[in-house]
Amino acid sequence: MFKIIKQLTSVVAMFAVLFAFSTETMAAKKSKTLENTKKRGFVRCGVSQGLPGFSNADESGNWTGIDVDVCRAVAAATLGDATKVKFTPLSAKERFTALTSGEIDILSRNTTWTLSRDADIGLTFVGVNFYDGQGFMVRKGSGIASTSEFKNGTSVCTNLGTTTELNMRDFFDSKGISYEPVVFEKADEVVAAYDAGRCDTYTTDKSGLAAQRTKLSAPDDHVVLPETISKEPLGPVVRQGDSVWEDIVRWSLNTMIEAEEYGVDSSNADMMKTSNNPAIKRLVGAEGELGAAFGLDNEWNLRIIKQVGNYGESYKRNIADTGILPDRGPNELWTKGGILYVPPAR
Amino acid sequence: MNNIIKKFIPQILAILFVVLIFGFLTLNAQTNMDNRGIDFGFDFLSQESSFDVQFSLIEYSGSDSYSRAFLVGLLNTLLVSFISIIICTILGVIIGVARLSSNYLIKNSAACYVEFFRNIPLLLQIFFWYYAALRALPMPEKANAWFGVTYMTVKGYYIPAMIWENLNVFLYCGLAAIISIIVLRNYASKLRDTQGKQIPVFLYSVALLIVLPLLSFLFGGVSLGFELPELKKLSKISYIYEGGISLPPELIALVLALSLYTSTFVAECVRAGIEGVSKGQKEAAASIGLTPNQVLKLVIMPQALRIIIPPTTNQYLNLTKNSSLAAAIAYPDLVLVFAGTALMQTGKAIEIVSITMLTYLTISLTIAAIMNWYNKKIEIKEK
Repeated sequence: MFKIIKQLTSVVAMFAVLFAFSTETMAAKKSKTLENTKKRGFVRCGVSQGLPGFSNADESGNWTGIDVDVCRAVAAATLGDATKVKFTPLSAKERFTALTSGEIDILSRNTTWTLSRDADIGLTFVGVNFYDGQGFMVRKGSGIASTSEFKNGTSVCTNLGTTTELNMRDFFDSKGISYEPVVFEKADEVVAAYDAGRCDTYTTDKSGLAAQRTKLSAPDDHVVLPETISKEPLGPVVRQGDSVWEDIVRWSLNTMIEAEEYGVDSSNADMMKTSNNPAIKRLVGAEGELGAAFGLDNEWNLRIIKQVGNYGESYKRNIADTGILPDRGPNELWTKGGILYVPPAR
Repeated sequence: MNNIIKKFIPQILAILFVVLIFGFLTLNAQTNMDNRGIDFGFDFLSQESSFDVQFSLIEYSGSDSYSRAFLVGLLNTLLVSFISIIICTILGVIIGVARLSSNYLIKNSAACYVEFFRNIPLLLQIFFWYYAALRALPMPEKANAWFGVTYMTVKGYYIPAMIWENLNVFLYCGLAAIISIIVLRNYASKLRDTQGKQIPVFLYSVALLIVLPLLSFLFGGVSLGFELPELKKLSKISYIYEGGISLPPELIALVLALSLYTSTFVAECVRAGIEGVSKGQKEAAASIGLTPNQVLKLVIMPQALRIIIPPTTNQYLNLTKNSSLAAAIAYPDLVLVFAGTALMQTGKAIEIVSITMLTYLTISLTIAAIMNWYNKKIEIKEK
């Protein structure tokens, strides 16, 4: 039944593309998406169907995660209230159609930035909020310590409609190993099948493996192999054609990262208004007219930092403290040995 | 003249309306897709798919094209539908007849079966058969052999593969057997009509079906060997069977769920058909001296079939469409492979969904056409 409903929604979404009047003509400095968002009173954000640390809903329907925080930041910047977000859980298969058809305005759903997605299907990636790579999880008892120990006939569980499917084919083909791909539409189904012994290994992004491991019946019996077989820069996506909205989302994310760089966080943001450093003053709206470029007021970035926090706070709250990936690895600031580096906000 | 106008104007208007709506939809989609920088086209079908599929009836790898991936999905859909239709028909007839039995136990067990499987949502049944069975089945190294050479495990049902030599000779013999059976039947009915003689056609048919292919083994150089599945170690704790044929648990779970679910509806159609033939027919047939077997075969069934076939056709169509639920348990059918992975990798939503819809429409119409042809054949022919 779920399946039918889901298929219905994708068909409806398709027809939405067909019916939607072509209103997005050139509008200098004016964002139709921003106007509609203000009129509506909330930001429409597409997230995953439940990936701890990235986007996950608790029993009472509150969404948390670093992907969720990107949407909250945009809501804080545009509407002044980080809670004014409507989250739409989407499967990997539905996500792009939902965005291009206008059902959502931001897709923040651990989505890998690739050339074909960026150029081909009417989407624009605005940045990277998590640097990831594909890995494999196996049972500890198997004695497998490296991907080079996989043998012909290995069965591999994974998700449908992801770069994972392509990467694993590249990987196994290049190693000349025959394998059996078992591909499910929902992450929970993959976990259940792997847990039941259907597959010898489970492959997806390493952050995903770490998060899904917590859902297994005996998490400690499983181990993520050290090798990373692909680059997976994950980030928020918007529809092509509204460059102002694209900038708003990009700089909302950048603000969070730069705030961490300058040591501005949700607790000290107000005090930073009197800082001696002009860069910090710009970051909290005390100097310059940065918001005007998007048609926003001057405290848009201050609200993001106060209501959502900087990137470090978001990472700690969602990913480190939940035990998913305590070590930030490449997702550390460039000043601290990571690769998080954003252009200056000036 | 006036009449002609009255007759055709509304029809022309209706057609114009439909054409206009389609035109508007196409134009609008085109503008919107242009605005969003989405190309429309079917060129992607010849591009390399670069993803693998778990289970395929034809040779397929990631270096084949998307159109080949489409074919893989289509064949998998047809396979699961075909097997399920056969099983659900056999089960349905048995259960349907059992519901009419005078034996209290048989009658009520059949009724329970129907009510139980008919009233649980199909998707739940699919999940049940898949996950419950997966949990209950043994790992490959612990599996007991069924019939000595097959192994039911969590990773699939492993059966020996047949290795044929001169398979084509065997197939020709089979074909020859079928043709001679058709000739025999025609001859027998002619014999019955002209001379009133009856010959045991069924027995002869069975004999033909066995003897002719058997001859191909003796004289045609046909031989059949078996490749048995053998246990192979993948790691310290994981094994698989190599050699032979592996039927994935996804296929088995799907066939089970689809055929058990649909068989309840077929059973009801069968029961309705048999009950729809009036009692007088049976009594009249008995009174002219037909044996109970002949009554069933010559009087009841031909009339019952007319009632059974049309609603059963609907059930077959439903089953085929329901097979798209396969995606939920990773069986690589048309929806999973083509409207799933291929759609995601290419982003060609409108093209792929249209192709998929047209394909299901074609499959359904074909099944309906075959069943209608059969229905026509058994209709009462008024002379």
